[in-house]
Amino acid sequence: MRLIPREVETLWTLFTAPVVWALHFLACYVTVAIYCAKSGEVGGYDTIRWILAVITLLALAMIVVSAALAFRQWGFGTDDPPHDDPTRHDRTLFQGFATLLLSGLSFIAVVFAAAPLIFIAGCFS
Amino acid sequence: MTTGPLNDFSESERKAQEERLRAVWANPPGWRYWTSVNNSQIGLWYAAAAFGFMLFAGVLALLVRVQLAVPENDFLSAELFNQAFTLHGTVMMFLFAVPIFEAVAIFLLPPMLGARELPFPRLSAFGFWSFLLGGVFVCGSIFFNAAPNAGWFMYPPLATDKQYSGIGADIWLLGLSFIEVASIAAAVELIVGIMKCRAPGMRINMMPLFAWYLLIVAGMILFAFPPLIAGDILFEMERMFDWPFFDAGRGGDPLLWQHLFWIFGHPEVYIIFLPAIALMAMIVPTFSQRPIVGYSWIVLAAVGTGFLSFGLWVHHMFTTGLPQISLAFFSAASEAVAIPTGVQIFVFIATMLAGRVIFSVPMLFGTGGLAIFIIGGLTGVMVALVPIDWQAHDTYFVVAHLHYVIIGGMLFPIVAGIYYYFPLVNARQLSERLGRIAFWLMFAGFNIGFFPMHFSGLRGMPRRVFTYPADAGWDWLNLTSTIGAFIFASGVLVIVFDVLRPKHRQPRTKVNPWNAGTLEWLAQPEENWGVRSIPVITSRYPLWDQPHLAREIAEGRYYLPDAKEGYRETIVTSVLDAKPIQCLRVGGTSYLTILTAVFLGGVFVALTFHWWLLCALFGIATFVTIIAWLWNGTAEIPQQPQKDVGLELSLPLYASGPASVGWWAMFITMVGDGTAFGSLVFGYFFYWTIHEDFTAGIAGPGLFWPMAGLALFVASWLGMLAARSVNAGGRTVFACMLIVASMILTACGSVAALLGPWQFEMDPQSHVYPAIVWILAIWLAVHGAVGIVMQAYCLARFLAGRMTATYDTELHNVVLYWHFLAVTALTTLVVIGVFPELR
Repeated sequence: MRLIPREVETLWTLFTAPVVWALHFLACYVTVAIYCAKSGEVGGYDTIRWILAVITLLALAMIVVSAALAFRQWGFGTDDPPHDDPTRHDRTLFQGFATLLLSGLSFIAVVFAAAPLIFIAGCFS
Repeated sequence: MTTGPLNDFSESERKAQEERLRAVWANPPGWRYWTSVNNSQIGLWYAAAAFGFMLFAGVLALLVRVQLAVPENDFLSAELFNQAFTLHGTVMMFLFAVPIFEAVAIFLLPPMLGARELPFPRLSAFGFWSFLLGGVFVCGSIFFNAAPNAGWFMYPPLATDKQYSGIGADIWLLGLSFIEVASIAAAVELIVGIMKCRAPGMRINMMPLFAWYLLIVAGMILFAFPPLIAGDILFEMERMFDWPFFDAGRGGDPLLWQHLFWIFGHPEVYIIFLPAIALMAMIVPTFSQRPIVGYSWIVLAAVGTGFLSFGLWVHHMFTTGLPQISLAFFSAASEAVAIPTGVQIFVFIATMLAGRVIFSVPMLFGTGGLAIFIIGGLTGVMVALVPIDWQAHDTYFVVAHLHYVIIGGMLFPIVAGIYYYFPLVNARQLSERLGRIAFWLMFAGFNIGFFPMHFSGLRGMPRRVFTYPADAGWDWLNLTSTIGAFIFASGVLVIVFDVLRPKHRQPRTKVNPWNAGTLEWLAQPEENWGVRSIPVITSRYPLWDQPHLAREIAEGRYYLPDAKEGYRETIVTSVLDAKPIQCLRVGGTSYLTILTAVFLGGVFVALTFHWWLLCALFGIATFVTIIAWLWNGTAEIPQQPQKDVGLELSLPLYASGPASVGWWAMFITMVGDGTAFGSLVFGYFFYWTIHEDFTAGIAGPGLFWPMAGLALFVASWLGMLAARSVNAGGRTVFACMLIVASMILTACGSVAALLGPWQFEMDPQSHVYPAIVWILAIWLAVHGAVGIVMQAYCLARFLAGRMTATYDTELHNVVLYWHFLAVTALTTLVVIGVFPELR
């Protein structure tokens, strides 16, 4: 078994990091929505915070992995954009670079989404 | 990409080829012109209809502005005012902003991608006719004093109150559901077209940015529109049959509608913004005379905005009393989306700085629009903050914000697009002088009209009031707004005049008048074939970098220079590297598309007025036309398996499974369908969260029937899998027997799913719990029934010899449907059967 996945020929990898963002966002929203609606049935608010902190770290880790794979696909940055030659090589570099950019954006967006958990200490409906 | 040597034909051969191509792609004469399905005609009609609706909604806006010009005005009655602003918002959003991008995409994409057509031209035509009929139905209602009047987002309990909303709400729900069908059809068409129909060599890194944007937007439609369709179903069930989904008295909750509406409604803002900005991504490089700076950054922005826009919906619901921690998540995402939006604007600015900008009319509208949009974006960042939103919510501040965003981010770029692309419509340019006049009227009028609304909002003027007292301090602000609105409207009129004025005395423009770099500029308005021959692309801006390309394409030196067999053909290529993989024969002229749209429209109209018998008749007619359309128009077995497409390349004429465009269309449709289903399941759990005991002590559907149903559905799914592999092994008769067995299992499974709630006498009018269980069970049973029709269709195809062991694309598509059906059955039956037992 390989520890680092082989490079795959597909368009889907482009969406990895944003999908992680979406799942993380949903996890935060759904967990808190259920907790606030049904509070009392599951632990205290701090438990929720810890659970979501772990989920956030996991999400960030996945995005970092996606970014690292993208960096490899981009040829470790040896070649500069615009990657517009009509070759398979340039197409791969483009995919890698675009995926890397999206990983960066998704990382920031996950941090944004998690930030309220630090500052808001309860449901306050 | 290596290719064979270019074709070389003599002058007379070329003439003969052109004659044949012209004949194959010709529009029918006389009134039958309207049965055309060609992308240029459909695109134009679509755009013209959308503009017609826009002008209509614009007049409504002027009526609203006249009423508000002075305090205590009685120009419009309160009721007519409510109808006017509701219809204004509805029409602008659903009949102009979304369809106009579908129109532009259908018109532009094939020539831009170097394709002859999109893969499903008849589907585009069907979408257009559905849109037109639905639009006329919705707009016409105001002439009968029956227009929707509860605001364009139709909040219950106001909109579920039959006393107040009359039939208008039904017209809104059913008319727009019909139009949503058209949007999803367009999404299918655009995704498959962009992924599979690009010219050979147009790799994913060379795709025009317009196509990138449209790909993302079409994907967004698949996840944004279905929640609204699910909401419409619940809403209409409440209005028609009194199932209490939004009635708090019987366990329902109006907030569920707000969730479902805005899960659609917020991405929708980006669904209309991205295509307009996509036009800018084509216009800015042309008028800077250089390639775009930061192609990959635009892709980042498009994909990033596409995703993040789904995390914003609750910012329309900040004042509904949701927990503040929840609001904060959405506030954070609303701020985050400003990042990719900003990236796009900086990319445009960088491109302009790096090139030599020519300030033509399209650039004027484009940059003017962006300036307006940026102001709207900044107030957007303001109202994305919860405390400010609490102050500004439902005031004219929000009205100002949304118009700055939408008119700057959508209307101005669209007008830029009209001035830019008009030569492709009839080989004439629009007037530079009139364009500049129109721009300044619109730009000034817009700001005079809408900027004061920020202040009337901050001074507390609520939106949607039909009049206001004289001493509120809003009078001169409103008067200014009204004056601005009329100046703006006069600018729009100038454009209408410029577009409609006769131009036959004006000299034809040369091909590619702006010296643009992308392929669509080779299209000739008088030829219907799209491209004379399908080229090999080696650059992002082929007209700049491939010097002989235009001549070589025109001389038929590339792929498919001829139509010897008399079919409309285009080339299907691979997703990443655009290697040719199939010669696709697309549907030609047909009246079936119009008939299907008319009959389906009949179903929705009859439903509105509760004419059940007529509705059933229209339903049957729709069914018959759809089957006729499929039977003769799809998956035809070709006479020879391969065809020589030129450049020493021979391609298959038939494909099944993931290699075929039909499989992808089914996949995409079912993703949309799955999203609608997911929204209903969301509704189920939503009710669970808001109640201590969401069943309210009412007996559920039990465990036995749901589990029996699940077993039957799983068995039917295995049956279909077996049928596909047995057929591939050549045992067609055995495959047919398996399909019949699977049909019976599906029928039994559907009945079992319904028997649960039936046996326990769950009364859907009594409480929301039985109602939501019934909805899920009915959803599954209806999908079972549709599956049975598909199976029967497959059997008929086998019997008629139209499907065989090798030519089995229908079977592959039906099995794909079954994968989704199996997931639907598993989810539905576990949720309604097992979940209540777990509590």
